[in-house]
Amino acid sequence: MSPVLLQLLILFGGLSMLAFGGGTAVLPDMQRAAVDHYHWLTAREFLDMFAISRAAPGPGSLIVVLVGLKAAGLAGALVAFVAMFTPPCIAIYVLARYWHRAAESAWRALVERALAPVSVGLTFASGLSLMRGTEHGWLPWGVTIISAALFAATEISPILLLLGGAAALLLVGS
Amino acid sequence: METPKPVAPPGLASLFVSYVSIGMMSFGGGLTAWTRREVVQKRGWLDDRQFLSGYALSQLVPGATNVNLAVFIGTQLRGTAGAIACVAGLTALPLAIILLLGTLYLHSQGTATAPWLGPALIGMGAVAIGLNLGTGVRLARRNLSGAIPIGVTAIVTVSIGVFGLPLLYVMLAVMPLSLLLTWLTRPR
Repeated sequence: MSPVLLQLLILFGGLSMLAFGGGTAVLPDMQRAAVDHYHWLTAREFLDMFAISRAAPGPGSLIVVLVGLKAAGLAGALVAFVAMFTPPCIAIYVLARYWHRAAESAWRALVERALAPVSVGLTFASGLSLMRGTEHGWLPWGVTIISAALFAATEISPILLLLGGAAALLLVGS
Repeated sequence: METPKPVAPPGLASLFVSYVSIGMMSFGGGLTAWTRREVVQKRGWLDDRQFLSGYALSQLVPGATNVNLAVFIGTQLRGTAGAIACVAGLTALPLAIILLLGTLYLHSQGTATAPWLGPALIGMGAVAIGLNLGTGVRLARRNLSGAIPIGVTAIVTVSIGVFGLPLLYVMLAVMPLSLLLTWLTRPR
């Protein structure tokens, strides 16, 4: 296995087990590793890939496929995919088989309650670090704030917001 | 094993097909809502309580919540083969699509073939960040009450989002802290 494939395997395999509350939790670390440490891609490209993975169907964590594709071609994409999804799948599979036993236990409720504020923090943190990592003009900043407010306060479809954001930048210019 | 008054366990093929449709309908997030609509409302394979406890467990385990949920639902309904059928259905087409989009994106770089692509991606990227922050606001409204959870959220947000500390160290410090504080303030 080539060094880059091995790096992808270790990076995403490790990050997958830290992705508490979902794949977005590890975006800041993923960005730091892929952009600053391994120099597989630029911060701009990372944000582009984030946008593509949000606009495309399926789980948002598929951004790892794009990072792998840029780092090491098709093999990199597939290694990244397997590394990101296999460890959590095995973990939940094992738990699902014992779920009915854990369902009433007090520790489970405790862990759930302790994890909730951490997950919320990780969600905010990933948004903030993506903003920090990229050069943002006034218009993208405005688009970010408006779409955050709309998404938080209304039932508007995310895909409409994504299209609206693209339209705003195309019409007003960047 | 607490199965619902089962409507005859679904076949592997119908699990796969259901999950193909879940994966393809869920543009820009909202996977959980689509999963619930398909598995609970349309098919009646699980009731709401089973679905929600599976959803909680899926969030508890690291990894993409909805992929975890697919493993959980597949395992509950049809064991190992069910889990594989659900995950394969959920990810196969989106994987192919994102590979295609990624290849197009990487080939378009540095060429003048699509001058609109750059600004469009900047706009979508800005919205995608907004969606994250908006999701945070929604989750905060639903899950945070009291000074301790809000404080824990603030510590995680600032240490990673503002100061850029590595996730592993933050988790190692904050998870025991959050567990301890939750335990100390547990309802008795």
